[in-house]
Amino acid sequence: MANIPYRPDEQVPPAEVPDVHPPHPHTWIGRWVFSQDAKYIAIQYSATAIAIGLVALVLSWLVRLQLGFPDVFSFSAEAYYQFITMHGMIMVIYLLTAIFLGGFGNYLIPLMVGARDMVFPFVNMLSYWVYLLAVLVLVASFFVPGGPTGAGWTLYPPQAILSGTPGGQDAGIILMLLSLILFIIGFTMGGLNYVVTVLQARTRGMTLMRMPLTVWGIFTATVMALLAFPALFVACVMMLFDRLLSTSFFMPTLVEMGEQLSYGGGSPIVFQHLFWFFGHPEVYIVALPAFGIVSDLISVHARKNVFGYRMMVWAIVIIGALSFIVWAHHMYVSGMHPYFGFFFATTTLIIAVPTAIKVYNWLLTLWRGDIHLTLPMLFALSFVVTFVNGGLTGLFLGNVVVDVPLSDTMFVVAHFHMVMGVAPLMVIFGAIYHWYPLMTGRMLNEAMGQIHFWVTFIGTYAIFFPMHYVGLVGVPRRYPEIGDPAFITTPVDGLNAFISIAAFIVGAAQILFLFNIAWSARNGRDAGGNPWRAASLEWQTPQTPPRHGNWADELPVVYRWAYDYSVPGAPEDFIAQDDPWVQQTAPT
Amino acid sequence: MGAANGTNMTVILAFLVMIIALALWWLLQQGVMSKPWLETGPMDEAAGRSGFPVERLGLGVFLVVIGSLFALFGSAFIMRMDLEIWPSLTLPPVVWINTALLVIASIFLRLATRRSDTRRLTRDTTIAGLATGGFLVGQLLAWRELQVVGDGLASGPAASFFYMLSGLHGLHILGGILALGVLIARSGGDPVRTKFNVGLCATYWDFLLVVWIGLLLLFMGLANQLLDICRTILT
Repeated sequence: MANIPYRPDEQVPPAEVPDVHPPHPHTWIGRWVFSQDAKYIAIQYSATAIAIGLVALVLSWLVRLQLGFPDVFSFSAEAYYQFITMHGMIMVIYLLTAIFLGGFGNYLIPLMVGARDMVFPFVNMLSYWVYLLAVLVLVASFFVPGGPTGAGWTLYPPQAILSGTPGGQDAGIILMLLSLILFIIGFTMGGLNYVVTVLQARTRGMTLMRMPLTVWGIFTATVMALLAFPALFVACVMMLFDRLLSTSFFMPTLVEMGEQLSYGGGSPIVFQHLFWFFGHPEVYIVALPAFGIVSDLISVHARKNVFGYRMMVWAIVIIGALSFIVWAHHMYVSGMHPYFGFFFATTTLIIAVPTAIKVYNWLLTLWRGDIHLTLPMLFALSFVVTFVNGGLTGLFLGNVVVDVPLSDTMFVVAHFHMVMGVAPLMVIFGAIYHWYPLMTGRMLNEAMGQIHFWVTFIGTYAIFFPMHYVGLVGVPRRYPEIGDPAFITTPVDGLNAFISIAAFIVGAAQILFLFNIAWSARNGRDAGGNPWRAASLEWQTPQTPPRHGNWADELPVVYRWAYDYSVPGAPEDFIAQDDPWVQQTAPT
Repeated sequence: MGAANGTNMTVILAFLVMIIALALWWLLQQGVMSKPWLETGPMDEAAGRSGFPVERLGLGVFLVVIGSLFALFGSAFIMRMDLEIWPSLTLPPVVWINTALLVIASIFLRLATRRSDTRRLTRDTTIAGLATGGFLVGQLLAWRELQVVGDGLASGPAASFFYMLSGLHGLHILGGILALGVLIARSGGDPVRTKFNVGLCATYWDFLLVVWIGLLLLFMGLANQLLDICRTILT
């Protein structure tokens, strides 16, 4: 294995960056509420994201009640639009983005690169509180007259700010836009921290190419988010001007209810370009941390090094860069020059190449590994399967000619939920099962975990596989009720009811998961310092859970990459990153 | 609709290409070709960490974000302009005085970072602060003048963009003034720290000056002409 050994008598060079101990708060509030410790901030971020995510889960139940049993539960069309809008917005931005970057990013980056904390702890704390404010503004929109916006999660103008859309002429849309603006400001504060910490606060020996792929994924996603979120910011500010100050950035000349509005000359297409310039990278902002985390889970639980580490790093970076030139594939049906359609279809399909490299490397990491079907591993495997399934339908939709007829059907909803809903959620669950022992010192309950996994895995397929079919049959999306139109030759009422029931069961399983988290914090089995026998640095802290400042008096020194598993001749089947062990006898 | 087909995200795409090229160039020096599975040992050379202090690096990343923000506004401006020819705004003359004030502020902050005695450092910083304050007041006057001649916020796209972008730029300047105040207060009279902190602000000021000049080019309609020339050359 280690055929370029270093001399054990080699001096460890002095630290390049002075070791700064983070300030120790002495008050209860300073320690638990306005904490500047990235680990607490991570937990605050995650708890808030999960709480608002539960709201979105309930909204999805309401949507499914309407779609599955339109005769029994008949919500108004306005209410239905509000449900789907808030469900989508919360899940994509306030849950997925926040938990991957704000939650896992904050917890794992300093520990994995061997830092005591983020480099700007105060700004990091502000980041969380601004995020919380954004969430509260979002929640407030449920309680204003007219309710939250029902413009769809893409908030396309002109309908988003007209009276025909719920919340369009009330406070709903204003609060939504304000909340997004706050979210972006808060994220930027956190993002600066993640990037500079990875660049500058790595401990001795932690070269970029020794970082775990989790850090690579979160780091690249953060860089992308810092570049892409401004597009959403610009779109929100301009739409807010249109709504509040009667400018016409996005608003064309309009007649509403027989009345000529004061708008004129604006272009909704400009909004679409801005939105998707953010919106497509957003998919990878969620996916890249998931890719990174899954690579680490698979490697640890298959007791084998990641296959093609270098290729994995390059693939992450290439996907990040490419994702900025595919945005218009969301706009095929908005009309465009055929050459542009061709260009964007090509770039979209090219992204499949680095993505496929990653999938093959996961499989090759598993190949002849010592696979332990632990809960994190089950979730990681289910991610790979789900991501491939969802990704394949993405190839359908990436083609202009196939996309045009399918674009407004439930097929897109199914594709999107497989690849961007279920797949990242599987990673979040896997990651929580994996790192919960580090955060609390206790294991999550295995039996509850098994039930959670199997119900979620089988249940999500019961929901989204039939949904592809519903879409192929021609059922359009965004309609609360379609009745019996002539263009749908095969009735899908029964299927819709089936999907709805599956959705309720899957949702209920998540409540069991949350119960498990709360219950195991007190009653879980004692985890010890390193229950998975993982090599990466976050498990090598002197205490579990790691204390304030993470490390003992000296920062750790890193001697190897994060994936030395099953090294022949080593005393154990893993060698920790800060273990100076070296092969004494040359292998014959 | 022909023009708004994604051709005119030019400004932001140019900006991104620049950033991505820079990032790749930097990455290539970070041993991305190394084989970490074969290499053990503390091997700490400078690999990876830049020599910058964290504050400077943090500011750099922040400026990239602001740059991306204004480049996107620029893209929106040009896309919107492609759909409808609008007469470019007659900028009120006070704008030129404001621009001069911002240049003066930038120069004096730079000078301040070169001072070795505290008294002159304070003097130069104060002048820069006052000039910046003057810039903000001047911008408000410019808004007033525009309103007087009937170019209100909703009077047309050119005016709308002017108010929105100068307003956002002004907010960034205001934030800079606050940061300057906080940083000087936190330096606690230590000349080395004061100098370093003023240096951070000087970079920020230079950057916002460049952004402002870019915005002026947009408002005067010159940016479009430049782009047209580029396009003609390319085709």
